[in-house]
Amino acid sequence: MAMVQPHNLHRRLWAARLAMWLFLLITLSPLVMLILASLESGNMATDSLIPRHITLEHWYLALGIPWEQADGTVIAPSFPVLVWLWNSVKVATISSTLIVTFTITGAYTCARLRLPGKRALLALMIILPLFPPVLSLTGIYSLFDQLGYYASWLGLDSLWSLTLAHLGGVLLPFWLLKGYLATIDKSPEEAACIAGANTWQTLRYILLPTSIPILVAAFTLAFIASITEFPAASVLLKSTDKLTLTVGLRRYLQLDPLPWRDFAAAAILCGLPITVVFLVGQRWLVAGQRVIGLRD
Amino acid sequence: MRFPRLPIVIIVDLFLLYGVTLMYARGEAAFAMLTLMVAASGSWLMISKGRSNFHLVFPCLVMVAAFIVLPLLYTINIAFTNYSADHTLSCERARATLLGESWHPAGEYYRLKVFREGSGLRLMLLGSAVSEEHFLTGPVVNNDTRQKVPAFVSSHRPAGAELSPDEVSGKSTILANLVILLPDGTEVTMIAPGVFGTSIRSYRIAEDQSYPDQSLDLIDNRTGETLRADMTTGYFTRANNAEPVGPGFIIYSGWDNFVRVFTDPAIHNPLLKNFAWSVMFAAISVGLSLTIGLLLATLLHWEPLQEKKIYRVLLILPYAVPLFITALMFRGLFNQDSGEINLLLTRLFGSGLPWFSNASLAKTMVIMVNTWLSYPYMMILCSGLLTSVPDDLYEASAIDGASPVQNLVHITIPMIIKPLVPLLIACFAYDFNNLVLIAMLTDGAPHIPDSPVGATDVIAGYAYQTAFVSHDYGLAAAVATLIYVLTGVIAWLRQLATKRLQ
Repeated sequence: MAMVQPHNLHRRLWAARLAMWLFLLITLSPLVMLILASLESGNMATDSLIPRHITLEHWYLALGIPWEQADGTVIAPSFPVLVWLWNSVKVATISSTLIVTFTITGAYTCARLRLPGKRALLALMIILPLFPPVLSLTGIYSLFDQLGYYASWLGLDSLWSLTLAHLGGVLLPFWLLKGYLATIDKSPEEAACIAGANTWQTLRYILLPTSIPILVAAFTLAFIASITEFPAASVLLKSTDKLTLTVGLRRYLQLDPLPWRDFAAAAILCGLPITVVFLVGQRWLVAGQRVIGLRD
Repeated sequence: MRFPRLPIVIIVDLFLLYGVTLMYARGEAAFAMLTLMVAASGSWLMISKGRSNFHLVFPCLVMVAAFIVLPLLYTINIAFTNYSADHTLSCERARATLLGESWHPAGEYYRLKVFREGSGLRLMLLGSAVSEEHFLTGPVVNNDTRQKVPAFVSSHRPAGAELSPDEVSGKSTILANLVILLPDGTEVTMIAPGVFGTSIRSYRIAEDQSYPDQSLDLIDNRTGETLRADMTTGYFTRANNAEPVGPGFIIYSGWDNFVRVFTDPAIHNPLLKNFAWSVMFAAISVGLSLTIGLLLATLLHWEPLQEKKIYRVLLILPYAVPLFITALMFRGLFNQDSGEINLLLTRLFGSGLPWFSNASLAKTMVIMVNTWLSYPYMMILCSGLLTSVPDDLYEASAIDGASPVQNLVHITIPMIIKPLVPLLIACFAYDFNNLVLIAMLTDGAPHIPDSPVGATDVIAGYAYQTAFVSHDYGLAAAVATLIYVLTGVIAWLRQLATKRLQ
């Protein structure tokens, strides 16, 4: 507690609170509007922000359940939202698992072991993220287009090719792991080395068990990056049942008339789990970004 | 525990070698070479005895090489080709497509009767002027894949029930994929619903295959003319007639795409507009969100404010909800006709605003939304940096009776500016290429006439729209390459600057 306080502390405190509440009111109202919109019946524009006819219609449709209206007509879900969510989760899980598995040894070597040409390697790893992956899209599209001639499961409109494309998100988890491994205590490894353990054994029995939290963090980081990735997914995927969330949800907003309230329910349904993962992982996310000085 | 290295390497190598053979056989020498090199170096690293630690980095390096460096280099490669909507195939594949084309000589057609045969079908071709004979096909499987069925001369009606014309048109996909082989070797395919006709290959490979000039030549079966692959236009052309025969193929076009970017006003005018907007958008977004974020961070750092933990979570929410959801949300909220924001404005001022059709308003909206999205990140960054500012500085200033504003300007900002600058540059670079936000929020709207882009498209959006809306991949890759160069120069300057500062 600071020792010296101004005489008008009380007034200042309430002024600060008032400003904070006003700010929160403005910043959080869009999210509240989205929740309210998901509860109002129909998709027609109304002249009120507060829903008048509260219904779960849009939530049923978002969950893929047909909704029977009061007059007996049945509305079928317009998009397979849960399929998209599942696709996104599949792609993100597989690509993040691969990324973390293959980065462990690389990050460990760069942090701890002698390696000829390590300087050049690290310089490359620092420079590459400066070139935004969005710009390589033409190359990615063309490469997978050609791969598809040999193996259609690796071609366009395949979730496997998107999974592979997302492996390009390897740099951030790499720097996170490397940054962590460079800071922890060396002595257990040295002890293991004296006891005659080889590199694999040191990695397997000494480092991995103590690094579980940071591995989870690296996984979360890669997972969020993959699940929110849009450009590659929009270019590689085509058919409705193979889309991921980012590409799929965008389709709602391109329809005319706008199925605004259907979108609202679908967006909250899919956004909530990702937001929870994000809130849990955000402190590592920021830590990792600091290490690399990057944001995406 | 020993890692069973050798068996795994052998199994993986066998798979890769199979792949390499396959690629080489199909004429993709570059891919084959690349895979072979990766496989060879990888295997050597994994099994060699006197190892450096390189094998531990290898998997990581392969990922970087295959999914970051290769697409990057390949994009630059595309910048020097004519890859576009009319030229999507390699020369070999365009040639194979031509060889697969066929035509139907006039008058040589058969009417069709379709009969059920078990779960499948059986077809009867009724003779026409060319041949009085009727043909009966073998059994046709009831699915949509391509199938080749032999037929024999017979006017004997099969046992199964005949399908009505409506039922026949219901089977049109099956019939369209059907090739009927007559006893004399001619192929018959569908020309119109219910009508099949003799099908003759349009082109054949030229007999004279002397290397290298005529190696790709084709001969038109109808006219006997020679088709030559024209490596300057990327089309097959007839000897006496320059009119191209589609489909075109991909050729290297040198610096053409770059020349187009710099000399064609229809390309560089919207490009420059997008460039200026990218700079403006990134600069204003970073400035605004930094201001808000820094103010909030100092407020959250202020001890008397005891409930700040709750504020922190609430303030981070806009950043925690994924960008693609919040940006789409704002697209709906700002909707000109039915959006909640125009509803509010109409209530308060009597009319809404054309958020998506007026360029200045659209830009204002994009900046507002991006500030909303990114102030929490700035707040988190600044909070982290504020903890490193020693408390006694504020104690001292409090004794001197300094105001909060004086504290901010004279203590806080000078203390955190140095570590903040590189992070701000990174944020600027991120926003400069923030394609996702624009794609979700406005799709570039309002549209710039006679261009693939809109007023709110960032420069990466120009490359994206050119490639995937106008399908001019070569030009898009050229634009991307130019941005690569620009990014490289900026990175280099930044490196120089940091070296100077240190």
